[in-house]
Amino acid sequence: MASGTATNADPDQQTVRSNSVEQFYFPRPGQSLPGIPPFFGPPSSSLYLANDNEAKVGNQLEPNPSQSTDWDPQAIVSNLTFLEQKIKQVKDVVQSMSNRENQVASGSCEVAAKQQLITADLTSIIIQLITTAGSLLPSMKNPLSSNPAVRQLSNTLGSPMGFGMNANQRPSVDSKTDIPDIGKASGYEELINSLNTTQDERDELIKGPNPCGGEGSEPTPMEDHDVKESDDGDHEGENLPPGSYVVLQLEKEEILAPHTHFCLICGKGFKRDANLRMHMRGHGDEYKTAAALAKPTRDSGSDHAPVTRYSCPFVGCKRNKEHKKFQPLKTILCVKNHYKRSHCDKSYTCSRCNTKKFSVIADLKTHEKHCGRDKWLCSCGTTFSRKDKLFGHVALFQGHTPALPMDDVKVSEASEQQQGSEPMNEISRSMGCFPCSSSDGISNLDMKMADDVRGYYSPMSFDPCFGALDDFTRPGFDISEDPFSFLPSGCTSNNETSRVNKGSNVPPLGLWKWTETLSDFSH
Amino acid sequence: MAAAHRQHKRRRLSPSPAPFDSLADELLFLVLDRVAAADPRALKSFALASRACHAAESRHRRILRPLRADLLPAALTRYPSVSRLDLSLCARVPDAALAAVPSSGSSPLRAVNLSRSSGFGAAGVAALARACPGLADLDLSNGVHLGDAAAAEVARMRKLQRLSLSRCKQVTDMGLGCVAVGCTDLRDLSLKWCIGITDLGLNLLALKCNKLTTLDLSYTMITKESLLSIIKLPNLQVLILVGCIGIDDDALASLEKEYSKSLQVLDMSHCQNVTDVGVSSIVKSIPNLLELNLSYCCPVTPSMVRSLHKISKLQTLKLEGCKFMADGLKAIGSSCVSIRELSLSKSAGVTDTELSFAVSKLKNLLKLDITCCRNITDVSVVSITRSCTSLISLRMESCSHVSSGALQLIGKHCSQLEELDLTDSDLDDEGLKALTGCTNLSSLKIGICLSISDEGLTHIGKSCPKLRDIDLYRCGGISDDGVIQIAKGCPMLESINLSYCTEVTDRSLMSLSKCTNLNTLEVRGCPRVSSAGLSEIAMGCRLLSKLDIKKCFEINDVGMLYLSQFSHGLRQINLSYCSVTDIGLLSLSSICGLQNMTIVHLAGITPNGLIAALMVCGGLTKVKLHEAFKSMMPPHMLKNVETRGCRFQWINKPFKVEVEPCDVWKQQSQDVLVR
Repeated sequence: MASGTATNADPDQQTVRSNSVEQFYFPRPGQSLPGIPPFFGPPSSSLYLANDNEAKVGNQLEPNPSQSTDWDPQAIVSNLTFLEQKIKQVKDVVQSMSNRENQVASGSCEVAAKQQLITADLTSIIIQLITTAGSLLPSMKNPLSSNPAVRQLSNTLGSPMGFGMNANQRPSVDSKTDIPDIGKASGYEELINSLNTTQDERDELIKGPNPCGGEGSEPTPMEDHDVKESDDGDHEGENLPPGSYVVLQLEKEEILAPHTHFCLICGKGFKRDANLRMHMRGHGDEYKTAAALAKPTRDSGSDHAPVTRYSCPFVGCKRNKEHKKFQPLKTILCVKNHYKRSHCDKSYTCSRCNTKKFSVIADLKTHEKHCGRDKWLCSCGTTFSRKDKLFGHVALFQGHTPALPMDDVKVSEASEQQQGSEPMNEISRSMGCFPCSSSDGISNLDMKMADDVRGYYSPMSFDPCFGALDDFTRPGFDISEDPFSFLPSGCTSNNETSRVNKGSNVPPLGLWKWTETLSDFSH
Repeated sequence: MAAAHRQHKRRRLSPSPAPFDSLADELLFLVLDRVAAADPRALKSFALASRACHAAESRHRRILRPLRADLLPAALTRYPSVSRLDLSLCARVPDAALAAVPSSGSSPLRAVNLSRSSGFGAAGVAALARACPGLADLDLSNGVHLGDAAAAEVARMRKLQRLSLSRCKQVTDMGLGCVAVGCTDLRDLSLKWCIGITDLGLNLLALKCNKLTTLDLSYTMITKESLLSIIKLPNLQVLILVGCIGIDDDALASLEKEYSKSLQVLDMSHCQNVTDVGVSSIVKSIPNLLELNLSYCCPVTPSMVRSLHKISKLQTLKLEGCKFMADGLKAIGSSCVSIRELSLSKSAGVTDTELSFAVSKLKNLLKLDITCCRNITDVSVVSITRSCTSLISLRMESCSHVSSGALQLIGKHCSQLEELDLTDSDLDDEGLKALTGCTNLSSLKIGICLSISDEGLTHIGKSCPKLRDIDLYRCGGISDDGVIQIAKGCPMLESINLSYCTEVTDRSLMSLSKCTNLNTLEVRGCPRVSSAGLSEIAMGCRLLSKLDIKKCFEINDVGMLYLSQFSHGLRQINLSYCSVTDIGLLSLSSICGLQNMTIVHLAGITPNGLIAALMVCGGLTKVKLHEAFKSMMPPHMLKNVETRGCRFQWINKPFKVEVEPCDVWKQQSQDVLVR
């Protein structure tokens, strides 16, 4: 039965297995153990630190789980030393591998064999750790299968790596199916046994992907390389001197994962650690202690912890560590926002203006707050929510001038129908950097365009009449220097003026001018 | 010039149909220039002589100052070469008038002055911009109704070099931003009283208009945020920061690292948040300064003055209304040896010892203003006259502790004097006699000097032929003989003040009528002056523009008839207490250039006559009337006059005919001072 639990979780692992060890690391970035290279850090640290004080208690039970009622500190110590040695061994192997890799491009089969070895070692270490952790729980003292704590534990054990993996790919929670299984399990010993029996199976599963060559092994040397690179000081850190920080690179899937904190028991994902901790309370009283609810203290390791910086997985991006002028990202949040903004589709569209698109939903919300309320207008049609932003823009671009709202200039517009001819090259200067005949170029600019200005400046709706002219109805534009300078002289004639005056539904003059302009073009 | 006149006459008489065909326009214009310089009215008679003269005069005229804005198109058609259009006589210039300015691509119009006009808006400015694309000088001062839209229209005048937006209080950063982007050629910009402008706009201005040489930011909201970028303007020579409350020591200290090589004039008067510390810190940034004005700004401490030592070329130092700390004035003597002009008027703490020390070091001083330094005595005057012998201007009004003996030293030692102000002093005839050496004297103010008599004035009349301006306000001791001597001896006299010289009669006016350049005559409170004298003035002094005949009870309608007949240049008149009636007022109102009238306590004026006069006189901008008339005149009439650009000021003073003697008045004024 318990094996059923374990296999239940296995598919997850299979989906995950192609992911690098870095992913492992991802969910709890703050908890990396200082001094331990990222490759080794995550598995141990994420477990050790997750339930630190309980480990001390539970470890004493560990040496012989079958005699779980007593706990022997001696045995735990020996157990831990064993673990330590094991870890050191693996570390040595990996180091020798990387060294050799640097010297000669060694045969791929040799590497693959080594990797298998490492993976096996690691798996056993993990198992060992998990069993240790399992024995910590106070509920272990009364080995009852019906105890919910055991159930939880079995969940934990059943998916030993699930908490470290991107559990968003997991089916929501399989605890319902788990519970009967565990309920039938005779006791704690059986549980452990089942775990042990499944171990071989799991080993195979874990080993499985690795032999399949280069791509499986890829992340490991990459990470190794990373650390080394930063040690060598090849990086151009912006604030930090290169080498003073460790560069981590998350994979695309991780970056786009909605949650970063996962419940070890039910696998539910959370955006914030605090929310996870609140959630954990529902899993039992042991999570309600002040220590468990407390914010995980970072300074426990920060004395020695290398400063961590992040790299964008997009090759060629300046934020990618391969880039010549690599500029690392500070936090995971930065990574996420950067990746979404720069390398993802902008799928959120503003419902007000239907033009602006965003890939980060927070950006959309910020935009929507004052979309259509921008009152600072430039002659190029760009609008700004703040006057100083407008003036910064005007200062930057040659020929752009602040433009006034239509109400202010209406009066002066009235007498402005006649037009002096000016050389055509005036266009390029006064128009600045955007084409006047199409709005395509405009939308490429990373600015707020004035498409909504029309609605803002004129309460009347002209859409029936001028719907097709949306792109051209940008009042305020003509306030700038000689908006008609691109027209041949005399194309606005007197009869047009009279038409304007006769019009029953007279729109703001700026609008008319644009429509007139259009009709002139179309003739 | 007389020869030129004759030549014109001869040509006019010649039978040739085109008398100027043989004369090149350039030469003709030179002749006309000289004729106009001699007598401004000569050109008018020249133009009336013949068609050819008319055409020549039309081509020659460069400056146009129309009386009525509605005739602007016609005037501009007649004078095609006009480059300066001065609309200061048109109180109201509607948009339509500006729109009627004939627009041609090559309009020679370069300067337009709308500073005294109202009634136009952004549309008018837009029309002007279209008609005169080459406009280089535009004065929109006092356009309190002009906003950002008008400024945006101004921005279309790409070649604008000089622009004044003083008191355009509705212009904000947006308008200034348009101007800054549009008129990048600007050299001279005044934003005085533009309280809507902030650092944002000024920063943009500094960025876009780097040809600026003169910038007036008085009473704006400028702070240290934009001061830095303005100081960095590469060509800035004159920076006026009068009354900028945002300028404080902190702002000045922030300029420490920057310095402006070009800045020559800095005016920080009335900057109430600046102290001596701030001044000391900015001095390092302006090594080439020529003129520094710190009036009403900060206390003058020795350390601040010593810091001025760094400005080696400083020529002008104005410290009006400052509080001098101990040794502050002395430090000026030791640190600012290069200065030519020093103003200490109304300053507190100016003592004999310090002033004597300072002036003894400032041998090159040309102008000294110690008005209202009431503590100084003969000691100072002795050292001034001893060391500053090249003074051309000395102003010491109300230095009442200086004795008449010391005042004689001024005339004896400072023979270069051109301007002398000894108002309210103990000056006597001996002092005036001493001035006989000052043959260059052009302005002499000796009002409220009760001791002077005709004898002293005779000396002046004999020795000061260049005198243009004399002030004899309340000189009770003088009579006709003295004035006659002045009128005879000073033919270039332009302005004379004889107010409350009660002995003055028509004889004085008759002699003054020979001074053809006279444009300002004040005979207030001279009860013995009558219409006969005034008529002589009207006929003789054809350039008369300002006339004050308040409390000349003898003057009646006859005087007004003469004025309306001959004084077409009259701009300002005070008629209070005269015997003028509706008839005189109506005839006076035919002077179309009249702008300013004061009509209080005239027994012969009726509301109907008054309103008729006001309706006729189209160019009025300011009229003072007794409050009683306010209710007696139809409001819609007043409204009508007001819409033409005229403002009413309602006076409510008691009727008071008698004039107290000058000595009584002086005693009273000193009592006020003591109190």
